[in-house]
Amino acid sequence: MKIIVSVKQVPDTSGKVAVNPDGTLDRASMQTITNPDDLNAVEAALKLKDETGCKVVVVTMGPPPAAGMLREIMARGADEGVLVSAREFGGSDTYATSQILAAAISRIGVEKDDIVMCGRQAIDGDTAQVGPQIAEKLHLPQVTYAADIQKTGDTITVKRMLEDGYMTIKVKTPCLLTCIKELNTPRYMSVGGIFEAYGKPLATFDYETLKNDPLIDPTTIGLKGSPTNILTSFTPPQKGAGMMLEGADKASCEKLAGILTAKHII
Amino acid sequence: MDFELTQEQELIRKTMSEFTEHEIKPIAAETDRTCAYPKGTIDQLFRYGIMGMSVPKEYGGSGADDLSAALAIEEISKACASTGDIVATHNGLCCGPIIQNGTEEQKQKYLRMLTEGGKLGAFCLTEPDAGSDASKGTTVAKLEGDHYVLNGSKIFITNGYAAEVFVVFAMTDPSKGTKGISAFIVENTFPGFSVGKHEEKMGLHGSPTAEIVFTDCIVPKENLLGKEGKGFKIAMQTLDGGRIGIAAQSLGLAEGAMEEAVNYTKSRVQFGRPISKFQNTQFLFADMAVSIEAGKLLTYQAAMRKTKGQSFTKEAAMAKLFCSEAAMHITTKSVQMFGGYGYTKDFPIERMMRDAKITEIYEGTSEIQRVVISNQIL
Repeated sequence: MKIIVSVKQVPDTSGKVAVNPDGTLDRASMQTITNPDDLNAVEAALKLKDETGCKVVVVTMGPPPAAGMLREIMARGADEGVLVSAREFGGSDTYATSQILAAAISRIGVEKDDIVMCGRQAIDGDTAQVGPQIAEKLHLPQVTYAADIQKTGDTITVKRMLEDGYMTIKVKTPCLLTCIKELNTPRYMSVGGIFEAYGKPLATFDYETLKNDPLIDPTTIGLKGSPTNILTSFTPPQKGAGMMLEGADKASCEKLAGILTAKHII
Repeated sequence: MDFELTQEQELIRKTMSEFTEHEIKPIAAETDRTCAYPKGTIDQLFRYGIMGMSVPKEYGGSGADDLSAALAIEEISKACASTGDIVATHNGLCCGPIIQNGTEEQKQKYLRMLTEGGKLGAFCLTEPDAGSDASKGTTVAKLEGDHYVLNGSKIFITNGYAAEVFVVFAMTDPSKGTKGISAFIVENTFPGFSVGKHEEKMGLHGSPTAEIVFTDCIVPKENLLGKEGKGFKIAMQTLDGGRIGIAAQSLGLAEGAMEEAVNYTKSRVQFGRPISKFQNTQFLFADMAVSIEAGKLLTYQAAMRKTKGQSFTKEAAMAKLFCSEAAMHITTKSVQMFGGYGYTKDFPIERMMRDAKITEIYEGTSEIQRVVISNQIL
């Protein structure tokens, strides 16, 4: 059994967001972090590794520095890393990205007992599309918004967290799960993990590696092949600080009503 | 000397920075207020391999180099010098001498306890009448058959009432002076071991400091660390290494205080502008930044020399002397920048100033560091 976790390096949104002339993110000039939901997927995989001893492979598509993120995840406990990186893949939207990642995951190999895990969505695009699209391309059953995962034999019981409640679904492996932050608290890198991380296998899949995969259509990858067109990108103006009123008594309500009236909101 | 951190060292710094921000900083004020040993934090540090990180892999550690160990203490101490002290003592003063002087059996047993076993370690040298002059200790160890019998007491023992494994120094032959001192590994469960007074201190409230009392304490013969009569040498070697940890702790304190002061002075408006815009403030920060950078170079140099097996006694003493005095100066100046607010417990800066003072005193006072340095010169 193995778990393949798809992760993404994203801009640290606590810093300044920079945009290229073509509307895509200028990732080189920004501080980066591992997408938070993806760390929940990594933690879910590592917990299953703790329980079953299975292998955890972490895969990402991105520029060469994304290898550093893979090493950090290996320092948390993942066994292997795969960096999918090529100029031809640059600027891909979710449709193109999922195609390339599906091909990479297919090359890593999805066996009967395996699970593919993704974060729900990345904080840069916020689409939540890549995980489900990978599942479709690999013909895997998918369960999104996983808030709890229990494995018994080849059956995974997933508690999905929806806006208005929970849904419990049983799914057989192989399958793809997308994970949310409520699922767990990601562990930190350990000292032992850090000293082992740079000795673990890290493969790079470039265009040559994947171009003949049946899942890859050269006309629908990269910026040119992506059906999404970005009209414009900009940093939204900063909102003013909010105001918190505490209390549930009449005086607090009157104070709130007074403020809203003064601003001509009510 | 090349001070570029390795990839592993960068990750140690990064993971400890994240851990400190999320796990230590939020409870640092409460730890200080309640004088509570931060057991939950220390248990987590065991889990992540920080406790005993320099212990070789074959004895349960990670085999981390000395600079990595210093970086971890520096990051922790930016938010909580008490936690930094607990880690520095465990790693440098308890694991350190066992790594250096332990037999294979002692290493397998005690280093595993101090890493995988989650047991905290301590170092017992200071006595009421033997502080800077450590040769005047009166705790005695008498060999009786297959065990030693220890009698005496040790004071100001960091980790004292939380530790379970102690490296203890006692006279096996009082007639020989320093050459009559021997080192022992003592467990808190040994008959005759007891914890005395818990110290109430100016700072480092989360660091559990206590008196340790030996009353006909039975220590198995095989727990002699090194050879009889070599205890003083072991103590001095251990303190050389420990000073790198205190230098790193002091650095962290200084950096943490400066960061607090920078944030405060940018937001504190007086006379129509943030006080960071006044040249007096700017010059203070410039001097602080120079001290911190110089302290880093001294500390990292000492750590790298230790890892390389080069002599580092002078360098460690320089680093400890410079960084502890810089920490005291920077925290004091930071309190001044906060004005009246700095004197209250609403901000962490007064705690940092109280915590900094001990760095000029323990593991060799500033005056003793000057003695060590001048002895290496003259």
